[in-house]
Amino acid sequence: MNGASRFWRIVAPVLIGAAFLLGWQAAVWFVGVPAYVLPGPWLIAKTLLHDGPGLFGALLVTLRITFAALALAIMVGGALAILFSLSRLLEVSLFPYAVILQVTPVVAIAPLIIIWVNDVFAALLVCATIVAFFPIVANTTLGLNSADRNLNDLFRLYGASRWQTLRLLRLPSALPLFLAGVRISGGLALIGAVVAEFVAGTGGAETGLASRIIEAGYRLEIPRMFAALLLLSLTGIAIFVVLSWLSRLLLRHWHESALEPTD
Amino acid sequence: MAETLLAASALAKSFRTGVTALAGVDLAVAPSEFVGVLGPSGCGKSTLLRIFAGLIEPSAGHIERAAGLVGRVGFVFQEPTLMPWATVADNVYLPLRLAGVTREAASPRIAAILGSLGLGEFAAAYPRQLSGGMRMRVSIARALVIEPALLLLDEPFAALDEITRFKLNEDLRALWRQLRCTIIFVTHSVFESVFLTNRILVMTKRPGRIAADLVVDLPETRDNAVRLTERYADNCRTVSRRLAEAMT
Repeated sequence: MNGASRFWRIVAPVLIGAAFLLGWQAAVWFVGVPAYVLPGPWLIAKTLLHDGPGLFGALLVTLRITFAALALAIMVGGALAILFSLSRLLEVSLFPYAVILQVTPVVAIAPLIIIWVNDVFAALLVCATIVAFFPIVANTTLGLNSADRNLNDLFRLYGASRWQTLRLLRLPSALPLFLAGVRISGGLALIGAVVAEFVAGTGGAETGLASRIIEAGYRLEIPRMFAALLLLSLTGIAIFVVLSWLSRLLLRHWHESALEPTD
Repeated sequence: MAETLLAASALAKSFRTGVTALAGVDLAVAPSEFVGVLGPSGCGKSTLLRIFAGLIEPSAGHIERAAGLVGRVGFVFQEPTLMPWATVADNVYLPLRLAGVTREAASPRIAAILGSLGLGEFAAAYPRQLSGGMRMRVSIARALVIEPALLLLDEPFAALDEITRFKLNEDLRALWRQLRCTIIFVTHSVFESVFLTNRILVMTKRPGRIAADLVVDLPETRDNAVRLTERYADNCRTVSRRLAEAMT
């Protein structure tokens, strides 16, 4: 990429964002919208700074659930995908149920899970994992089954065991798609954690950002609601950026997606 | 030919799709032979090679392999077929790794084979950093690292430019002179088969049979200068004629 286009890639979105925020602030000022309907960005920023420490504690609770769910989704999803790739029968028998779990809205099953699982953290974890695990199963299964045919033949010719073929051929072949799945699941784990927190309500000693949002809503503290929302989006973006960076790092030597453009 | 390394009789192969690739192939290959299998596209050459490798089973007929062939067959595909995530050295290490050879024990052999194919300084490179010709060299190095008794090559140079191809032909011929393993080389190029091999099996179009078994009358040691000689032209003429006959 040449210098000028790299420059605009950063500057253009920043300009759009700044124009949007200025317009918003101006609208709030000149029209005189009350803060309990729509606070201006300036007030939101101030609230975020002021309430930061309180919100930050809640963010940590949400993050703990998010990362635990992502880790669990990677383990469960990865293990299921490996099992599917080893046995076609297992794949055709179980895959439809993974799809059912995926298409059922988590808000609809969360109340049940919260009733069944006593520990709040564990219940939230289960909900977030259910939301997050499907992209990993689907992508990794596809990746494991898309190893080069000739390489497969070569492994057979040299008498590779099933385990060797899995470890040296199918797992590396699946890595790019697995990482793409993890990148999607990272965002979904956060969404799942927040949705489950919403359903679980504000009870319990340690509550996450969703509880803060509900609380603020009840008290009509709209700037605080926006501040919590902003914190959530920033977290989502950070998770995506970190996972993308990790993906590039792992694939930098060989995969097209991680190569520097050449021109 | 007293000794045979590989013998096939009445070999036939039909696929589930109803395509009959081979119908009645008989042949015997002796140790240290360099055999070319020449035929039009889709004549079942690759199928024959895959049967030799044991990658597919024939539908009829049978095949006898010498005892020394177990675990000592190398295969080079039409594409380099390298693992893109592994370095050149790791790609070449693969067959030994699958056979349970440790990296320490394998590394002198890997270094030697990379050196003899002119890849010495690329051991730590990844396949995507290499040109098509270099990748094919890695693929050949991987096949040679197990010191194969039989090396099967399936149109390995078909996708390369002519200059690279000529160079690789020259190097492969020299390697065979040095290693003396048996090579079966599938190609659809008359010029390539005459330059490389000592014996050419001409196949008919599908379903493939062997139409002619020709001896190449050229000196043992060959470099690209051979391509300009009258004798080379004579050989090519003969083989071309037999190929044309086989295709009618």
